[in-house]
Amino acid sequence: MTAELFQLLLPWLLILLAMLTGTLLEKAHFKRIHRREREFEGLPTLSTKQTPTDREVSSSALVMGDVVVSIDYFKRFLANLRNIFGGEVRSYGSLVDRGRREAVLRMKEQCPDADLIVNVRIETSSVSQGGKKQLGSVEVLAYGTAIRFATEPALENS
Amino acid sequence: MLLSNVEQIPGKTILEHYGVVSGSTVRAKNVGRDFAASLKNIVGGELKGYTQLLSESRAQAVERMKTQAAELGANAIVNVRFSTSSITQGASEIFAYGTAVKVED
Repeated sequence: MTAELFQLLLPWLLILLAMLTGTLLEKAHFKRIHRREREFEGLPTLSTKQTPTDREVSSSALVMGDVVVSIDYFKRFLANLRNIFGGEVRSYGSLVDRGRREAVLRMKEQCPDADLIVNVRIETSSVSQGGKKQLGSVEVLAYGTAIRFATEPALENS
Repeated sequence: MLLSNVEQIPGKTILEHYGVVSGSTVRAKNVGRDFAASLKNIVGGELKGYTQLLSESRAQAVERMKTQAAELGANAIVNVRFSTSSITQGASEIFAYGTAVKVED
């Protein structure tokens, strides 16, 4: 009798556990993201191919950052509910947002002394696509070309 | 070997083109990682095992691309692109390609 009751309650317990810890973990992650984004405010990223200045480039390198993030059990439950009625699935929105910002930050962390990153591309793919047990996880890859300008700014004709 | 994902190596002149070079690798997840990931899946967050797996494979694909370019006598690869595709459940292919060129030193 108790075993049956336990079996009946287990999914709900998991959902409750996921709701509490998942929300806490996500908040902590966003806090870390905000802090690191402030740290890297001085390193702009562009999605254009051209560098916007005429300054002389001293070195460049390909940099990338990637991350695989997964959604929690509770949010997956919410998303499944949302599938019935349609509309915006906010729980997945925060998942990809987390992934993209984390990937961009990891890319920036590869080149802390760069002046600029041009041609930034962000690619999202699902890890276990078409699998029977859908993990609800995404992989995000961000890559670009980091540029460091020569220390002396280009002399202007006087 | 210089890499960039724009059409030139910033600040350098391209002297010669050698055509497209590519590198790829297919990696499978292992059971241990799958188990850890399914646990982590309850509370959500980063699946570190998968992140590591994918960045290792990407490094390998880039390495193979570089080897191919070096064989052609190139010293840089421009316009590098990455693509990821899942072939079957549990295995993913990482593909890197670009144009091998020679730039001034």
